[in-house]
Amino acid sequence: MNLFSLVLVNLGRNKLRTFLTLASVTVALFLFISLRGVLDTLHSSIEVGSRQRLITRNAISLVFPMPQSYGNRIAAVPGVRSVGVQNWFGGQDPRGAQYFYPQFAVDESFYPIYRNDVEIVEASQPTVPAAVPEGADPKLAAYYSEQTACVVGEKLMKKNGWKLGQTVTLSGTIYPGNWPLTIRAVYRAKNPAFGDETMFFQFKYLEQKGMGGSGRVGVYVLDLSDPERSAAVAKQVDGMFENSSAATRTESEQAFQAGFVSMYGNIPFVLNVIGLAVVFAILGIAANTMMMSMRERTTEFGVLKTLGFTDGTVFTLVLIEAAIITVGGGVLGALLAKLIVTGASTGFLPPLTIYWSSVALGIGIATLIGAISGLIPAFQASRLRIVDALRRVD
Amino acid sequence: MAIPFVYNVRHVMNRPMSTLTTALGIGLTVAILIGALALASGFRASLVSTGRDDNAIVLRKGADSEISSGISRDNANIVRALQEIATGPDGRPLVTADLVVVTNRERLGQSGSSNVTVRGVDASAITIRGGVKITAGRMFTPGTDEVIIGRRIAGRFKHCAVGDRIRFQQRDFTVVGHFSSGGSAFESEVWGDVEVLMPALDRDNTYQTIVFRMRDPQQFPALKARLEADPRLQVQVQIERRFFAKQSELFTGLITGVGLFITIIMAVGALFGAANTMFAAIGSRTREIAMLLVLGFSPRAVMVSFMFESVLIAALGGVLGILMALPVNGITSSTTNFTSFSELAFQFQVTPQAMMQGMGFALALGLLGGFFPALRASRQRLSTALRGG
Repeated sequence: MNLFSLVLVNLGRNKLRTFLTLASVTVALFLFISLRGVLDTLHSSIEVGSRQRLITRNAISLVFPMPQSYGNRIAAVPGVRSVGVQNWFGGQDPRGAQYFYPQFAVDESFYPIYRNDVEIVEASQPTVPAAVPEGADPKLAAYYSEQTACVVGEKLMKKNGWKLGQTVTLSGTIYPGNWPLTIRAVYRAKNPAFGDETMFFQFKYLEQKGMGGSGRVGVYVLDLSDPERSAAVAKQVDGMFENSSAATRTESEQAFQAGFVSMYGNIPFVLNVIGLAVVFAILGIAANTMMMSMRERTTEFGVLKTLGFTDGTVFTLVLIEAAIITVGGGVLGALLAKLIVTGASTGFLPPLTIYWSSVALGIGIATLIGAISGLIPAFQASRLRIVDALRRVD
Repeated sequence: MAIPFVYNVRHVMNRPMSTLTTALGIGLTVAILIGALALASGFRASLVSTGRDDNAIVLRKGADSEISSGISRDNANIVRALQEIATGPDGRPLVTADLVVVTNRERLGQSGSSNVTVRGVDASAITIRGGVKITAGRMFTPGTDEVIIGRRIAGRFKHCAVGDRIRFQQRDFTVVGHFSSGGSAFESEVWGDVEVLMPALDRDNTYQTIVFRMRDPQQFPALKARLEADPRLQVQVQIERRFFAKQSELFTGLITGVGLFITIIMAVGALFGAANTMFAAIGSRTREIAMLLVLGFSPRAVMVSFMFESVLIAALGGVLGILMALPVNGITSSTTNFTSFSELAFQFQVTPQAMMQGMGFALALGLLGGFFPALRASRQRLSTALRGG
């Protein structure tokens, strides 16, 4: 009988205990990896920003719009391929605030700029012929032909049970009134950080109904022909409006997104602390179990040693047993998290992503916990003198 | 007859390590629950204390936050002339029409920037908003380019020290003082004269909200009905405190939800740990339990006794958890309040209620974790229990 099968027999001796310990390690690792996922997703939401795009917004803050006339002036800056308009709408679902989802009013250059990040998976047939801007998906024809049309993310469709062609009414908070919008296309994000839970509709509609025809723009998205020149372009754009009534701040899309992440303040730190607490809690549980199980087997170790098992072998035996439980639980928990949590939506964040590196980290931590929790009992067992072990009567 | 509790207490004390590690597992779970509750109640408290029960706030119909509201100067004048507004000691009506804008400011001591609310107010705002006190420097002089800064953000953003020049759009303002307001959200804001800030921030003739002290708060429902029915105004009227409390709902709901989710998952882990300990405790005492049964203690008494032991360990865990969570009390943290879109500093508040909830949670864990082991103990067959170990 080799060492390993001996360990397996020992594990099977008290199945309930092995199961309970394994389960608690699984649960804890599941939680740990999920928290990592939230943090990773926070960081990766920065990565939606490509280096090829810049965002221009009002220098005071995002809440302030800029004149629509800026668009053409920015487009004339050398190195800018095209300029898109994106405006936060902030409408409310009539069912209540808890059904919140982001809505943006965007102009026709928006889709060509993001063509590599989204694909249109479903679209209505146009009733009247409409021109689709160059670079945009031809499936968007119905959307472009109708002022009150909107494009909706696949997940948002599913969540609300919407159908293509359905009209959804939003009540405006920033732009008062009721806003009926007809779903003419459904998109899927190719870049997960882009998110599948947003609604886009036409800026023209917002401009005419919500702004009395005087266009004010939330942010401009600048598509660059040469990403190397992004710093120079940003400087030139901001310089152009420096002393006007609406000074601008232009930064890479990545920096712009990072600004949102920094808004969470200390929340990522809090999540990290919780993750640490979870790790310590399982460490305690695992160590406790190992010690209990060793204490019960004191006599047995005496017998093993009498049979000629060396101190070292007994040490390894106990350590392996501890490792199997924690690593088993760790692998299980990490994989469960990968399976269940991936893609879960959390409102403001893009869908959660669990990286394989996090899974590996979780398993690594589980191994470490196994080693630490097994160390003391293993040491005790190896140091046990045969006489003491055999003398003890329980 | 019941088994004396001292029997369990002695046993628990007899195995300090295992008791402690189990209690620690439960303790950490409880600590996190209390921590999440402390965060939520701290955030909530800072917004709730922002409003007063005898103040009414007027917003545009449909607006769900201050920044999405807008009230024209003409309409503001209609509201200002209301008979129901209380007057201050100087005989002037206690009403302020606020300009509320979000500005992006660079942080102090770390890179990056965050949004800060700038509030243009009438000079009487300090009287209307109870509890606003100047902690350093002085109040701004109306009609000048002076601002005062909430004490919570004074150390967190650049150009916020008394005497500094702070730039909004094309104009520099002088910081002349810092103020506190009993921990409310105002402490995360910059205040200046509304009539100076409005043109400087390019917001001509539109206020965001109007807040006034009611002469008789009992009359609020009638006043609300009258203003909301006025076709000129197109406004909604709320009690100020209720309005700000509602502003905190989204975030506190989120935090409580996330906190509960984490706690419940951790609790499952801790539960397994507790059950493990109890199973082991009972396993090593098989013969002893059989003795108790032989002596005439009913299976029910044995069950109660072991449930008590489990609850005892859990209670210890609860105490540990509360002790671990207590240092969090009073720590200042900040996050963005997404309804106002700007940074809000708040203090963690470990309330007695949160501690009670944590303790209750620990006891529940003890009961649950101890149930099956206790059941097994009480159902032992005497013959087998006495024969073997």
